[in-house]
Amino acid sequence: MNAKTICVAVLATLLLAPGVHAHKRWFEPSKTVLNVGQWVTVDAASSTDPFIRDHNALPLDNLVVTGPDGNAVTPVNLFKGRLRSSFDLELVQAGTYRIAWVNEGITAVWEENGQRRVWPPRGTPFTPEGFGREVPANADKLRVIQMLGRLETFVTAGKPNDIALKPVGRGLELQPITGFNDLYVGEPATFRLLLDGKPAVDLEVVVIADGIRYRNSVDEIRAKTDEHGRFTLDWPKPGFYWLSATVTDDRGTPPATERRVNYAAVVEVLTP
Amino acid sequence: MSAMYRRIFQVVLCALTVDSAHAAALEVSVQIPQLSVAEYHRPYVAMWIERPDRSVVANLAVWYQQKRGGGSAEAAGAGAPEGGTKWLPDLRQWWRRSGRALALPVDGVTGATRPVGTHVLRFVQGHPPLGELTPGRYRLLVEAVREEGGREVLELPFEWPVAAPTELKVDGQSELDSVKLSLAP
Repeated sequence: MNAKTICVAVLATLLLAPGVHAHKRWFEPSKTVLNVGQWVTVDAASSTDPFIRDHNALPLDNLVVTGPDGNAVTPVNLFKGRLRSSFDLELVQAGTYRIAWVNEGITAVWEENGQRRVWPPRGTPFTPEGFGREVPANADKLRVIQMLGRLETFVTAGKPNDIALKPVGRGLELQPITGFNDLYVGEPATFRLLLDGKPAVDLEVVVIADGIRYRNSVDEIRAKTDEHGRFTLDWPKPGFYWLSATVTDDRGTPPATERRVNYAAVVEVLTP
Repeated sequence: MSAMYRRIFQVVLCALTVDSAHAAALEVSVQIPQLSVAEYHRPYVAMWIERPDRSVVANLAVWYQQKRGGGSAEAAGAGAPEGGTKWLPDLRQWWRRSGRALALPVDGVTGATRPVGTHVLRFVQGHPPLGELTPGRYRLLVEAVREEGGREVLELPFEWPVAAPTELKVDGQSELDSVKLSLAP
């Protein structure tokens, strides 16, 4: 539960080639369709396969929970174990809650005398002053990479609403066309991906169902967004699904020259 | 009450009874099966009428565990959160189609869970909870879910109104025995 862990995670992802993720971050709520006044508990971790508690707990400092009226809801009973974190939410208001884990950072990578250099070091935040001081202006093979990561899940008490789902307008976000808490086997679901609030066109979405331990392959489902950022999924079975997309572009905040935007969402599909 | 008023009251009462006996109506008969299980809890049951597009026309009945003691959560004691409305989302289809948007309880619709046996409910055209059912194609849905048990949803498509008395039937496999729908013109 500290900035250090976040930076380690960011760094680990950064140093890998684009498109390759060692570990997937995930949430797993106890339920997603509930009644007003109920409690929900959410597990959070990162691991090679989503929903498998075998790697690291997710730090909970950068958790952002938005209630059905658009106001922040404070999660309680925050716990960080070795393999997973968890927290509880009391669903006092009717409507849809957006549970997000938001992660941002800038890292500079360059070479000096044949040695790979990274700044800021683990556990230290990026500052423009520090960057000016520590990173040589003429650094060899300099890359300044901005990370924008967002992990989300959604739960609804009573009747769903969409106030909490209003786009933030930064990075990748998922918008419902089919309601996030209205997903059933046998009913195709359509969502929309936004990048900085605008349709994310022609983007690949990777979908993984839970229960990986009980089958011999990950069985990823792939979809592509259309010109409106929309994509449609057919759910092969009920359960939790992890959806993710990544964009690499040059729209980083200066001095960043590259930007890596990650998004992952967890939704629950029920039997009709 | 004067003799005249009493007479008028009797006439009105009689007229109402006659009207309701002759009005188009539908009768739903639901059989809750006897199950040989170690721990039996009465099922939660919802029955409602849908249009072909799955929008709900009328909720006919919803049976769920009432809070113990029938009073406030405080009066019901420590077990209170387990009763009442907590498990209603488990009536998954009903919850999705209308339950989640309702303010509960609903007068004349919601009530306590029922025991094993056949339960017959009659709904009259023009009267709540059925209301005025306009001519068209509909579906009766009966959903049952039981703690320590399973869930079952049965559907009976029907046309309304009917020219002659009509009886429709569907048999459940697990949580419900037969569900019958009798339509009167």
